[in-house]
Amino acid sequence: MAKEVKFLQGNEAVCEGALYAGCTFYAGYPITPSTEVAEILAARLPKVGGRFVQMEDEIAAMAATLGGSIAGRKSLTATSGPGMSLKMENLGYGYLTEVPCVIVNVMRGGPSTGLPTGPGQSDIMQAKWGTHGDHPAVALTPSTVQEQLEETVRAFNISEKYRIPVILLTDEIIGHMREAVNMPEPGDLEVVDRKRPTCDPKDYLPYKPEADGVAPMADFGSGYRYHITGLNHLEDGFPSNDGKLAQADEIRQEKKITDHYDEIVVVDEMDTDDAEILVFAFGSTARSAKEAIKMARAEGIKVGLFRPLTIWPFPDKHLQKYKNKVKRIIVPEMNLGMAILEVKRVMEGTVPSIEGINQIDSEPITTITILNKIKEGK
Amino acid sequence: MAYDYAKYLRAGKIPHIWCPGCGYGIIMKSIIRAVDGLGMNKDDLVFTSGIGCASRLPGYIDANTLHTTHGRSLGFATGVKMAKPELNVIALGGDGDMTAIGGNHFIHACRRNIDITCLVFNNYIYGMTGGQYSPTTPKAARATTSPYGNSDNQFDIAQLAIGAGASFVARSTTYHAVPMEKLIKQAIEHKGFSVVEIIAGCPTGYGRKNKLASPAGMIEWQKANSVNKVQWDKMTAEEQAGKFPIGVLHQEEKPEFIEAYDANVGLS
Ligand SMILES: Cc1ncc(C[n+]2csc(CCOP(=O)(O)OP(=O)(O)O)c2C)c(N)n1
Ligand code: SF4
Ligand SMILES: [Mg+2]
Repeated sequence: MAKEVKFLQGNEAVCEGALYAGCTFYAGYPITPSTEVAEILAARLPKVGGRFVQMEDEIAAMAATLGGSIAGRKSLTATSGPGMSLKMENLGYGYLTEVPCVIVNVMRGGPSTGLPTGPGQSDIMQAKWGTHGDHPAVALTPSTVQEQLEETVRAFNISEKYRIPVILLTDEIIGHMREAVNMPEPGDLEVVDRKRPTCDPKDYLPYKPEADGVAPMADFGSGYRYHITGLNHLEDGFPSNDGKLAQADEIRQEKKITDHYDEIVVVDEMDTDDAEILVFAFGSTARSAKEAIKMARAEGIKVGLFRPLTIWPFPDKHLQKYKNKVKRIIVPEMNLGMAILEVKRVMEGTVPSIEGINQIDSEPITTITILNKIKEGK
Repeated sequence: MAYDYAKYLRAGKIPHIWCPGCGYGIIMKSIIRAVDGLGMNKDDLVFTSGIGCASRLPGYIDANTLHTTHGRSLGFATGVKMAKPELNVIALGGDGDMTAIGGNHFIHACRRNIDITCLVFNNYIYGMTGGQYSPTTPKAARATTSPYGNSDNQFDIAQLAIGAGASFVARSTTYHAVPMEKLIKQAIEHKGFSVVEIIAGCPTGYGRKNKLASPAGMIEWQKANSVNKVQWDKMTAEEQAGKFPIGVLHQEEKPEFIEAYDANVGLS
């Protein structure tokens, strides 16, 4: 049977993905260009037994999202720019307490209010380093409306599997564009639910990891009475001032993500086998990059696309293959040079030239701009 | 026979972190007697808190306990309650936690009238950080950040809650341990957002600087300056000056947020 095809807006596809993944709670605060996610879920969630709440600000929205997850519901919140800054405090709490949830950041331009209705990609570093302290981070960067749906499902899966807040780092262009989407039927995409304890409640240790580095998580109200705190804590969940143990636990948290790099990091590599030039592009910028590469290839230029769908953890392992192999890497991004810093870190001077295309004028980076850059070095 | 608090306390978590003479132990005991008196099932009982001395209380109680970020107790509590309305959620915090950094969440939880019991421990000071002035520090009082006396105006937490729409608002003090227990019971039983402001002594952060160093002296002060609401209403403004009413200050029947939401969206 032919799959149902729907013509969806990018933000709408996020909602479809969330519902597919089993999300039944949303707490948010409206902000352009993410607002459609809230509006659509306000209408859709009750139809699947879920609830929606518009909180007084993004600080409270992030808090309620975590609270909903602690009580056992897959929970989502969506925001942009200034709202993402406000979420940082409780996002850090979510990392330290290992509470699964998904945060959608539909990136717009500028610090502060900036260019509210235009696209941007300048929250790349914030997604990794925005809250204080050391912590692992996972952020996904879809490029198409289809991927908005599928990556939202994947974001929930990663968050549930590894007990970590996951950021869907999309942007205004994909958030607001409309494309045909093949609607997945139940069973088409994997849906992961968090591990819950099966032991006697008396023996439950909420932060005692199993072999995969992740501890089973009990829902509040399920008979497992336990303590959650944003203080560094022991396996039993209670605070401890022991710095050595705190360090060991934070390293364990980092490792639960880095040890599963192969399951978490997805990269789309196109025309890279014989490539002398690599274009490293993500999100909406990767769309222009893809076209530019096709055009350059038609002219006989050996150029390929490296498109991370997982930007955090950074795709080190995938990228390292091109060490001492490609002559140039071009990194187009709608910021003044962020992902390029990571590319340079990974390549460790093994690529003669790593060049950025940087634009923060609220306009997309066009195919022609990228094509010209590819040809420049010839 | 002495009341057995142990059944609601977590084994091995006492001694608590509070200073000798801190009022918070009295409040914890009243809370335990209240939830016990109501026969509440510990599995269905949730405590959330922010950051501060008051907010360390949930760690000692054998329930589902969530020690969150400074001022955000009510945001987390709202998520828990909306995910599982069948749970009894008690959100607590200090005067700074609930009315300074968490003030926005506090007034909006009142307005929403969500069925959460909010206990505000008012010691007129930021205790945990060593005695800086808070939104409830009296005018002219000394704090580490008001070495010349406090120039700032004071919040009346109970009035703030009433103004913001809470449907049950009460005030008590650590002198009134038994009436406090009854008010907490009433607050828990009330359907809707209920607030109990509890005046407590912080001998370390507030008392020392304001010539109230003895914990007993601070409790004496509470006794001398609190007036039962019934009597309060009969007093002239002159008689009321410098004193504060205690007891149930406001109670009304009003649609509860989640019930109203569920009815609106066709979930109930
Ligand atoms: C975002 C943030 N800002 C500041 C602090 C520091 N801090 C911790 S507790 C506290 C004040 C606590 O006062 P109150 O809420 O009245 O509780 P008490 O200690 O008096 O019980 C402050 C300012 C913090 N933990 N987080
Ligand atoms: S500093 Fe004050 S509030 Fe904190 S424990 Fe000591 S007496 Fe109590
Ligand atoms: Mg205080």
